[in-house]
Amino acid sequence: MTDLSNPHMAKKQSFGTVALRWLLYLFLGLFVVYYLMPLFVMVTTSLKSLEEIRTGSLVALPRVITFEAWQTAWSSACTGIQCEGLQPYFWNSVLLAVPAVILSTLIGALNGYVVAQWQFRGANLIFSLMLFGCFIPFQVVLLPMARMLGLMGLAGSIPGLIFVHVVYGIGFTTLFFRNYYVSIPAELVKAAKVDGAGFYRIFWSIFLPLSLPIIVVTVIWQFTQIWNDFLFGVSFSQAGTQPITVALNNIVNSTTGVKEYNVDMAAAIIAALPTLLVYVVAGKYFIRGLTAGSVKG
Amino acid sequence: MTEWLERHMPKFVMAPSFVAILIFVYGFIGWTAWVSFTKSRLLPKYDIVGTIQYDRLFQSPRWETAINNLYVFGILFIVISMFLGLVLAIFLDQKIRVEGVIRTIYLYPMALSMIVTGTAWKWILNPGLGIEATVKKWGYENFTFDWLVNPDMAIYTVVLAGVWQSSGFVMALFLAGLRSVDEEIIKAAQVDGIPTWRIYSAIIIPSMAPIFLSAFIVLSHLAIKSFDLVIALTGGGPGYATDLPATYMYTMAFSRGDIGQAASSAMIMMAVVFTIVVPYLYSELRAKND
Amino acid sequence: MSPVLDIRNLSKNFGSIEILKNINISIDEGDFLVLVGPSGCGKSTLLNCIAGLEPISDGGITISGQDMTHVSPKDRNIAMVFQSYALYPTMSVAKNITFGMKVRGVDKEVQAQKLQEVSRQLQIEPLLNRRPGQLSGGQRQRVAMGRALVRDPKLFLFDEPLSNLDAKLRVEMRTEIKKLHQSLGASMVYVTHDQIEAMTLATKIVVMKSGVIQQIGTPAEIYNRPANLFVADFMGSPAMNLVPASTSKTSSGFDIIIRRDGEDPLILADTKARDLPSEVMLGLRPEDITDGQFRNGSAKPMAPCKVSVVEPAGADTFVVLSLGGKEVTARLQAETSAEAGKSMEFCFDLNKASYFDRDTGHRLSV
Repeated sequence: MTDLSNPHMAKKQSFGTVALRWLLYLFLGLFVVYYLMPLFVMVTTSLKSLEEIRTGSLVALPRVITFEAWQTAWSSACTGIQCEGLQPYFWNSVLLAVPAVILSTLIGALNGYVVAQWQFRGANLIFSLMLFGCFIPFQVVLLPMARMLGLMGLAGSIPGLIFVHVVYGIGFTTLFFRNYYVSIPAELVKAAKVDGAGFYRIFWSIFLPLSLPIIVVTVIWQFTQIWNDFLFGVSFSQAGTQPITVALNNIVNSTTGVKEYNVDMAAAIIAALPTLLVYVVAGKYFIRGLTAGSVKG
Repeated sequence: MTEWLERHMPKFVMAPSFVAILIFVYGFIGWTAWVSFTKSRLLPKYDIVGTIQYDRLFQSPRWETAINNLYVFGILFIVISMFLGLVLAIFLDQKIRVEGVIRTIYLYPMALSMIVTGTAWKWILNPGLGIEATVKKWGYENFTFDWLVNPDMAIYTVVLAGVWQSSGFVMALFLAGLRSVDEEIIKAAQVDGIPTWRIYSAIIIPSMAPIFLSAFIVLSHLAIKSFDLVIALTGGGPGYATDLPATYMYTMAFSRGDIGQAASSAMIMMAVVFTIVVPYLYSELRAKND
Repeated sequence: MSPVLDIRNLSKNFGSIEILKNINISIDEGDFLVLVGPSGCGKSTLLNCIAGLEPISDGGITISGQDMTHVSPKDRNIAMVFQSYALYPTMSVAKNITFGMKVRGVDKEVQAQKLQEVSRQLQIEPLLNRRPGQLSGGQRQRVAMGRALVRDPKLFLFDEPLSNLDAKLRVEMRTEIKKLHQSLGASMVYVTHDQIEAMTLATKIVVMKSGVIQQIGTPAEIYNRPANLFVADFMGSPAMNLVPASTSKTSSGFDIIIRRDGEDPLILADTKARDLPSEVMLGLRPEDITDGQFRNGSAKPMAPCKVSVVEPAGADTFVVLSLGGKEVTARLQAETSAEAGKSMEFCFDLNKASYFDRDTGHRLSV
């Protein structure tokens, strides 16, 4: 695009472009700082002693690195009456997230398969109803669900939370799989029918082997949603069965004793690690999941 | 017999999910709606008494604060996130060498729980030990940044933290949109001598209208559901200065034992989401079925 | 001997839309039936109905004497080859071919034996361990054929199998299919929108339009005696010339009068015609309008016409005339001396002419 016919012009233009480039990088760099700063602060604060926090500056690196805060956060921080640290709640979240992710993904896969490839009267209506269910503010189901869980004998239990997450997760998982399966040619199903395969056979032998990308996206999305959830966790669990997000909030907002900011930060990082790790390792698929339902097509 | 089973299998497979949605989404919405017209306090009563809960709601100063906060927070959150996301996306679209790394950094906050985000920003904005203290230590004795504990400014801290968490997502969305514009149209414009900024403003951005809409929908959805963030960042305070409908509802339901108020506030939230999302879903589904 | 496929009074509705109306077709063993017609005429739908992949609203389908109207595809003794071949993408060629047998629970040894037979016959032995994604278009088609062959069906169904191929490959594959038909002696039903494929492959053609059968017949019948204007125009390339004309009875037959702009009308004498209405649509194929220079003393009527366009096409030269307000194409030899704008003698072979009713479009028997 540079006009090379006039060398004087060309030089001037390239200087302008170089300057602009530098400004561009500067701007982008500023925002890198903006986004990384909280993480930086969290990590450095978690490695400082309380003394240093009080006397030092927020953005300074720790003068003496100590892992005491981490130790406390994991095994002895107080989440109300109990003072066992985050450890038991970490496992609560694991016990909650793994089955919920597996179940909601499986159900979503079968549902998506039906909606995409096996039309029946009303299938699209059901799908639309499910889709709308993804968008409701969950406040509107909190009260009745609390009562229902009580009636089912699941109040305040982890299976109860699993149930809740599965029920409100199948809208999204069905959407993901349906959008994916819709692009598999219908002739494949026809050929399999002629070959004698039935509903489940076709799913198992043909669709499932093709599904790895969407399974990864769905699992990552569901895991992130469920691990990071707070609303359902705080509404439907009790002391002992709370997921890690609830425990974290309890630690940070507990009014007893001295505020241990370094412990708070360490606890926050511990709570964030699993989903952060998933993001770093499989971020590409995470982004695909985020944009799957949002971008048209 | 098995022929019949085979033929209707798709229906059987979807039936449990369908039933679940009917009960746990639509049935529950109905229950909440019902209760919002009753005198329920600690326990639900099922006699309809009219709109007293809504009357109480609209007369409550706390609710008024919550709704105002929703507007302030909602509009600022959506506008700033979209603007920031767009600017960052445009900048990143300029063939940056380390684009992948930068994109990852911009987007990672989305992977965090809002509790974590709230906790981190609560610390950063702590008047005595956070940014205010640090800047003071740098010599600016008169610098104040006590928004977090200032009833008039506290809501803006929620905006700050919210934008930090979500603008990366908007950026990713817009970046994908920018890149989906047909290369040939851009080349034709370049051959025509149109300057780059003009190509963006006149060709690329207008063609991204559907993506703006998607971003708007997702962001407004996030704004209305904002519960975790407020709880972690301010706890709704100081006082109830940063209350949002979501925190109002929760307090009424589980702390105050006022189910009637909880139900009515939940229904208002539902109505707001409804008016934004339904037209969007309708047009999306119609387009997909064409 | 009962027909291998017998379709009686078949109709299919989708809500209030009639997709197929009163279809009656019957073919014998060894026949190659082609369903041909423009997009949306219902030919693929009909094929799917024969396969049992779509339900029918009325009528019956019998395959080899057994009523298959309500039988599922796998029990109909059919095999199908699809436009996109529909090979299972995550399975090897061998697994693709044996999948059906596996589902039916066929003995492993029998599976291996049949696989070997079929792959030898189609010359795809070296491809057995590859995935469909690694094959060329022609190879994929042969694998799809193999999957069909291995079923030992009474009826092979083809749904536009050549439409996805480029022109050259299409011609090659067409010949392969014809050879396969000859070597197997199998009964085949083939759907295509390409009338050349129909003409070259079929022993029997069904021309369809908007869900209604326009004509059933051998390629020669369809070509030489189209049943209505639609068939006349659709089949054959270049298309049959269709010109409005008036007729006048003479002592030796009929005079066919075609008006021309700015000139005297063209009058041709038809000595064979016995009974014609006063207004007709004349149908004459380009190869039946020839250069008068090379008449060689035949008795075909001749007349001078003005040439509009000359299109040399290698072995032939196509020449466009304007008759009856329409553009008429004549197929001349390459050595013709035709020139645009000039008039010359043309020979019209009315023995091959078809006459159609102007209002109904039906063929008139003369």
